[in-house]
Amino acid sequence: MRGNGNNGVRVGVYVCHCGTNIAGKVDMNVVVESASKLPGVVIAREYKYMCSDPGQDLIGQDAKEFGLNRVVVASCSPHLHELTFRKATANAGQNPYLFHMVNIREHVAWVTDDPAMATIKAQALIKAAVQRAFWHQKLERRRFPVNPNVLIVGGGIAGIQAALTLADAEKQVYLVEREPSIGGHMAQFDKTFPTLDCAACILTPKMTAVKQHPNIHLMTYSEVSAVSGFVGNFKVKVKRYPRYVDEEKCVGCGECIEACVYKEGKYPNAFDLGLAKRKPIYQSFPQAVPQVPVIDAEACIEFKSHKCPKGCVEVCGDRNAINFNQQIQEIELEVGTVIMATGFKTFDPHRLPQYGYGKFPNVYTSLEIERLLNASGPTQGQVTLKGGRKPESIGVLHCIGSRDENTNKYCSRVCCMYSLKLAHLLKEKTGARVYNCYIDMRTPGKGFEEFYKRVLQEGITCIRGKVSEVSGWPQSPAERGKLILLVEDTLVGELRRIPVDMVVLSAGLEPQEDSEAVRRLFNLGCSAEGWFLERHPKLAPVDTFTDGIYLAGCCQGPKDIPDTVAQAGAAAAQALSLICRGYVEMEPNTAWIDEELCSGCQVCVGMCPYTAIHFDAEKKQAALNEALCKGCGTCVAACPSGAAQQNLFRDEQLFAEVEGVLA
Amino acid sequence: MNNGFKPSIVGFFCNWCTYLAADLAGTSRMKYAPNVRVVRTMCSGRVDPQLVLWAFRNGADGVLVGGCHPGDCHYQEGNYKAMRRTNLLRKMLPQFGIEPERVRLEWISASEGERLRDVMNEFTEQIRRLGPLRSAATKKEEAAA
Repeated sequence: MRGNGNNGVRVGVYVCHCGTNIAGKVDMNVVVESASKLPGVVIAREYKYMCSDPGQDLIGQDAKEFGLNRVVVASCSPHLHELTFRKATANAGQNPYLFHMVNIREHVAWVTDDPAMATIKAQALIKAAVQRAFWHQKLERRRFPVNPNVLIVGGGIAGIQAALTLADAEKQVYLVEREPSIGGHMAQFDKTFPTLDCAACILTPKMTAVKQHPNIHLMTYSEVSAVSGFVGNFKVKVKRYPRYVDEEKCVGCGECIEACVYKEGKYPNAFDLGLAKRKPIYQSFPQAVPQVPVIDAEACIEFKSHKCPKGCVEVCGDRNAINFNQQIQEIELEVGTVIMATGFKTFDPHRLPQYGYGKFPNVYTSLEIERLLNASGPTQGQVTLKGGRKPESIGVLHCIGSRDENTNKYCSRVCCMYSLKLAHLLKEKTGARVYNCYIDMRTPGKGFEEFYKRVLQEGITCIRGKVSEVSGWPQSPAERGKLILLVEDTLVGELRRIPVDMVVLSAGLEPQEDSEAVRRLFNLGCSAEGWFLERHPKLAPVDTFTDGIYLAGCCQGPKDIPDTVAQAGAAAAQALSLICRGYVEMEPNTAWIDEELCSGCQVCVGMCPYTAIHFDAEKKQAALNEALCKGCGTCVAACPSGAAQQNLFRDEQLFAEVEGVLA
Repeated sequence: MNNGFKPSIVGFFCNWCTYLAADLAGTSRMKYAPNVRVVRTMCSGRVDPQLVLWAFRNGADGVLVGGCHPGDCHYQEGNYKAMRRTNLLRKMLPQFGIEPERVRLEWISASEGERLRDVMNEFTEQIRRLGPLRSAATKKEEAAA
């Protein structure tokens, strides 16, 4: 070891069986025997579960008995238990950074076929850790205060729930929503499964509560444009787009919409998925929060020609809320924590032309049907065919854009249940015969299976088989003028042609169009499908790999309203936990500059992504601001004289580790 | 000629992407070649070319550097720095008598356990085919004999 004697270093090595997870593959006797012979090692032990209390206590007992001043634990991934064993080392009276962890479960036992090779690999990794531990030093964690304000991105039910929870705890919440109103997808739904309560009836009170809450600063028609800083101390820029109606002055009477020069709506209303038309000045839906109209500058005559009689301005009168001169505003916020609640988009069935969406006028997406069923929707809740006739038969096609090798492989989780709900509502409203064609009926949730039974009893026909095509070619008089579902009924074992008047495509859930840009803005990971990645699928489902940023709702993956609300509560609780503690402790893995060695070449200055290093002109040397350093170590790699070093990843430590793994 | 040759490979994996991909491969019980020994760094941008050379000097037959995909770096752009350094290093390696193919840089994200397994296997096979790393002196002796 590069001429280094034991120098009073006394290492304790602990090899964990993890039940049979490790011991089933790695020969414990061999590993412990070889570890005990390594220079500096005064005790090497194996134990069934090192993370258990008795396992951790071993470290304390040995520290006393053998005078340990270094601890090496070979067990699972440091991402799981590094903190556990650092605490155990601290409890044993040693500085927690005199500990080093070896991953012989995820990186060895679970991925190696041959037990002999696994044992050799484990020995090498443990040797490396022991050699590395020689160079470990006492380090202290840095403390920073936590700003108690919270940013919530997305004003759907997830963002609303999280905002109300935090605001009720007397925290200041900034709720940013890019649409003109909060409410998200839930506001578009008619009823919710399995209880069939009206979505607006349960959502609207919460939306109003958000608007009225003194601790919630609502920013609609706005987007986050920049994020910097770190946990507890984020700086966020929010772009507020002009709605040309002053939110402070507007009373929400809606007279301006009435007074618009357009007597009828002319432009597709995005909230109604284009099924209804709106005027250039509009409110997305009657219950919109805030109750403030928006002017679409691309449609408004005043913006195009400046020759509009401006009925809106006239009728607004003294209230003077219409302001054609509004500009994009950029607002800077300081927050300590962030909750991402950016939701999902529905699958676009144009991508599967065999289902005739966009070709046959009576093929709808499930979300369009929600709007048609909705009493405040484009048809006041009447479901009719394009010609105005009532449909006599309707096909509901499950798994459009889900569980499909050609589009999305995953199950979107909510479609079976909402398809059954739509079947129920469509039958109730139109009296039509409804066919639900499914691959598997997935109803895992409280009251879900019961709802499925109920819908079956109401006379909905459920056919197990995925529809291969929606055809417009009749083969018999009965099929004339109909849409024909081609489907294999796999329970009966025969191909069927089912003529229907209307087709509903149960579109799956996908990450938002711009989720990639958003996750980069917030430095988040994502799964292969593009959903934001949680820190641990089971044990940290709302945390992310960026401390202080939490996930709620469908941005993390498809889920229904109850799960979304539960997750929003969990995300709020995680944020609160940090806020109530009031400080964060940062890993001491920051860089530092050795003034003896620094030649003042300034290579590191340009390397640092956080401008933590500057050139001290007086000393003619680099100087590092520890508070800004996030510990990536790129300056260390760049420094030609070895003056830049990183705690926990110093050159000596990594060189020793490399030597060790190769020995 | 290389039958039975078991290459020694050092993997420098960044804490946030490739190391986690290796964890995921583990929890998914994917089996792969046992030759790569992983050294964790916070960022692939920490991988000093000297570390790579130090690995070769200490008996490594190959070095695998793993980082986040471009644009995904936990530290904004450390992976780009790793890319530039690796490219430059690969140009220098022949001067030491080391084939540039013995150093490989891969972007493997935290959700790409399968890709990690495939890269581990492929790279091990690639190094196995290249044979053990021999110093310039050894090669000269071999040529003389």
